[in-house]
Amino acid sequence: MRYIPNSPDERAEMLRSVGLEAAEELFSSIPADLRLRAPLKLPEALSEIELLAGFEETAARNRAARRPSFLGAGAYSHYSPSIVDHLIQRSEFFTAYTPYQPEISQGTLQAIFEFQTLVCQLTGMDVANASMYDGSTALAEAVLMAERVTRRSKVVISNSVHPEYLEVVNTYVQHAGIELVRLDFDQATGQTAPDSLSSLDDKTAALVIQSPNFFGSIEDVQALAERAHSVGALLVVTVTEAISFGLLRAPGACGADIVVAEGQSFGVPLSFGGPYVGLFATRDKYARQLPGRLVGQAVDREGRRGFVLTLATREQHIRREKATSNICTNEGLIALAATIYLETMGPRGVQEVAMQCAQKAAYAARRIASLAGFTLAFTAPRFNEFVVRAPVEAAALLARLASERNITGGLALSRYYSDRPNDFLVCVTETNSRQEIDALVEGLAALATSLAT
Amino acid sequence: MANVPEDLHYSKDHEWISVEGDVGTIGITDYAQNSLGDVVYVEVPKVGETFSAHESFGSVESVKAVSEIFTPVSGEVVEVNESLQDEPEKVNTDPYGDGWMIRIRMSNPGEVDSLLSAAEYEDFTKTESE
Amino acid sequence: MTSTNVTKVTTHPTQNEALIFERSQPGRVGYRLPALDVEETALDELLPESFRRDDELRGMPEVSEVDVVRHFTRISTWNYSIDLGLYPLGSCTMKYNSRLNERVARIAGHANLHPLASEADAQGALQVIYELQEHLSEITGLAGVSLQPAAGAHGEMTGVMLIRAFIDARDGEGASARRRVMLIPDSAHGTNPASAHLSGFNVKTIRSTAEGLTDLDHLRELCAHGDIAGLMLTNPNTVGLFERNISEICRIVHEAGGLVYMDGANMNALVGVARPGDMGVDVIHLNLHKTFSTPHGGGGPGSGPCCCTRELEPFLPVPRIVREGETYKLDFNRPQSIGRVKAFFGNFGMMLRALSYIQTHGSEGLREATEAAVLNARYIAHGLAPDYDQPFDAPPMHEVVFTDKRQSRKGVHTLDIAKRLIDYGFHPMTIYFPLIVQGAMLIEPTESVGRQELDQFISAMRSIAREALEQPELVLNAPHSTRIGRLDEAAAARKPVLRWKPREAASAA
Repeated sequence: MRYIPNSPDERAEMLRSVGLEAAEELFSSIPADLRLRAPLKLPEALSEIELLAGFEETAARNRAARRPSFLGAGAYSHYSPSIVDHLIQRSEFFTAYTPYQPEISQGTLQAIFEFQTLVCQLTGMDVANASMYDGSTALAEAVLMAERVTRRSKVVISNSVHPEYLEVVNTYVQHAGIELVRLDFDQATGQTAPDSLSSLDDKTAALVIQSPNFFGSIEDVQALAERAHSVGALLVVTVTEAISFGLLRAPGACGADIVVAEGQSFGVPLSFGGPYVGLFATRDKYARQLPGRLVGQAVDREGRRGFVLTLATREQHIRREKATSNICTNEGLIALAATIYLETMGPRGVQEVAMQCAQKAAYAARRIASLAGFTLAFTAPRFNEFVVRAPVEAAALLARLASERNITGGLALSRYYSDRPNDFLVCVTETNSRQEIDALVEGLAALATSLAT
Repeated sequence: MANVPEDLHYSKDHEWISVEGDVGTIGITDYAQNSLGDVVYVEVPKVGETFSAHESFGSVESVKAVSEIFTPVSGEVVEVNESLQDEPEKVNTDPYGDGWMIRIRMSNPGEVDSLLSAAEYEDFTKTESE
Repeated sequence: MTSTNVTKVTTHPTQNEALIFERSQPGRVGYRLPALDVEETALDELLPESFRRDDELRGMPEVSEVDVVRHFTRISTWNYSIDLGLYPLGSCTMKYNSRLNERVARIAGHANLHPLASEADAQGALQVIYELQEHLSEITGLAGVSLQPAAGAHGEMTGVMLIRAFIDARDGEGASARRRVMLIPDSAHGTNPASAHLSGFNVKTIRSTAEGLTDLDHLRELCAHGDIAGLMLTNPNTVGLFERNISEICRIVHEAGGLVYMDGANMNALVGVARPGDMGVDVIHLNLHKTFSTPHGGGGPGSGPCCCTRELEPFLPVPRIVREGETYKLDFNRPQSIGRVKAFFGNFGMMLRALSYIQTHGSEGLREATEAAVLNARYIAHGLAPDYDQPFDAPPMHEVVFTDKRQSRKGVHTLDIAKRLIDYGFHPMTIYFPLIVQGAMLIEPTESVGRQELDQFISAMRSIAREALEQPELVLNAPHSTRIGRLDEAAAARKPVLRWKPREAASAA
């Protein structure tokens, strides 16, 4: 096996030097009846050539990966500068462990410190952690944290949050003694309905919203923050399209108490859903309630600046069952990719990408809405996603669009909402050219007509 | 050798209490701060909270450990040492002085009698460290 | 390694790379986008002003592409890494991360695939997931596999939630209240109690014996109250010993109505040699980023598959990835499922790498790797025995624990030995874990290291043992060779600085 440095002869010598004769004796502490008598039923070892051919073959069967696509809904196609993937592949980053020994981990530690700073700047918050698994689990952890901070057990969560995020929150809170109350969204605007806020009361730990929400509608975060604060609850804001930070008012500036986001938009490949990176930020006063790792600044005896994992007493390896979270391994390398992306793009680049997304989405929405039989389902301001109501069943329309026009036109909402057969969610980013948008529009028009007849 | 002032009462959880009228001032002992190492954070209760004897009223953190702190007597918290928020290191440098944690109005001052004297506490720490 | 008259030059830019924010120069750019190719919508029409950002992201760095490349290349050199040498962190399994696996994960058809692509358009990815599930099932001897959990602790949480759901379904109403106790050995990883707590269990601690194994008498005693939901056990355990009574342990817990969860952190000692399913274990999580060599990346991403018996399978997270004939499908119709633990399907990029690892090794190669890993640990155990105290008198599996008992007589402790090891060019071992061993040093070499380097490591450790006796100061002040020395962690925790702020803002605060 080429990954094992010692040759069979060297291993035989080492065995003898520790007083053994056969490799099997290494396992003498395992009762004989528990040891495998036959080899595992796994394929024979492959060479690089054979192995790559196999993965190329499976990749070729992922037809959606090769098409112009208007899919968003929690995972976004954005351009990633070439240096991002180059730099994260440096051995020193990608084959290092969690930076428990600061003297020989300053590269990782400094990068995380920069990541924490960038997350604070984008979200408008005071303090951010070193990352969570993804946006959905970050949201679930935010709900648990809100309960810790307020010592209240009711959490009011909007139905305009990504349905898979809602499912994850459900799973996480089912044993935590938290009562989840779901809020309706306004059928006209697609925003969290103001009149449903009556369920907020003095037992409410948090109001949880997403903005831009699952339907692409931007919530009135400031108004919702005021309502939450009026009953002493926290406002938790989740963002799935992190590029929107480049254009939209920061949740922190609108009064949010905890902001979580999916950071995949920052230069991270789609990779069929992961690995991505969860961003998690809050106010200074809640820093000791944060889940996960934190990097802080420190000095050595000579007064030289360095960085170190800090406030570790919150974490599971010290506080065990009383820890703020069970998270250990997080998404270090993906956080690094996001850091490199954000620093390369800079404030101007992030704003320009955001603006292009919004402009192209506005163009696409205008053109689609002008097609006979097509309307936009919601009226609220939007960023780069919007729901289209088609004159025919959306899933069938999108399937035809894929097979006949080679375009993935969006996400049929029937996947999550059986009462929305004709609705589909369209996402436009800076990677979608005008040509692609025009082809989408033409395809929708032609196929809707053909499906209707 | 840890410092154990004569005029204080001690608990087996390594807290000390000094009594003035019906108010007791509580902190952790020199022995405790020494075994804990550099104190980086002290969590204290709010004024007005009540605790019964041997109940945990807060915690003290070093870089890599957390210890709960227990009140040796029952009563209501009448004052907390706010300065520990900014300077938790006082628990290390002056555990019996500036490093005090809370003042409590005792609901049962007789509880003090069941605590350890300085000599008894000193013996206790010796057996514990063996 | 002692004092020298030559002064280290410390002003070189590569050793003094500032924070990127401090490098920022107004007007520098590192990107270029194509011009906007659609008719522009007026800003106010696009978005009301009250919804728009008004701070222009001030404070974010303005740097060129070259600045970014130099910045990260420079700070990267301040890291230790597997590619540089032995990384003997016990319980972390820092083995070689093959570049082939990286290439596989970057094949465009996989890397560019959207998770909400239709089943028909994502058959290749679903096949990858399915095949990896099948392989992990064969390796663990457990029928059900979910690849959704994103890391080990996440897989643990999933696993104990399965136990909760299974018992609730089996015992009916009130089961959650009756069976709330999760038994966890005192030697366990901290994630175990934290995951159990998150899943609504009360944690009770089982003692270890003087031999370093689970105390069967204590286990029986704890199992006698009828409130046991399960046991979380690491095997080989965290002191590197195989729990040879594992079958008996499983029997005791099962007879008490509980289930056995195995923390798979130490599977690198077992792959191809023995299977948790054959030992009576009901559910296990694996760490693809340990045993199956997906890179740790300075703290993730991981992937923590959860494998379980057929009885527990109905409770696994949805969607399940299943095969019907030649077609792979997402199965959402699992009414007993605990629900989703993560959006989409898990860390697919890690699954590609792990599948590539398994295919590269084949059945024989996997067993060979396990043998080599255990042999390397045994070799270190043998080599260090003359100088370091071993708390348990039993041959270790893939990792071995020593203590600082002899060295601490001279005031030299585990932390100091670890720091001194850095001066010898090695990453330290895991220190002060497990908690049951005073001054623990847990060493896991993995299979990815050759004999010569093992000898160098052993000789470095033995040399430190001598220094501890003869020149303790040298060890106490280590490391001497790094860019910075030991940091004042207490000061950092007392007044935490967790982000950079512009000078004026920092001084105003």
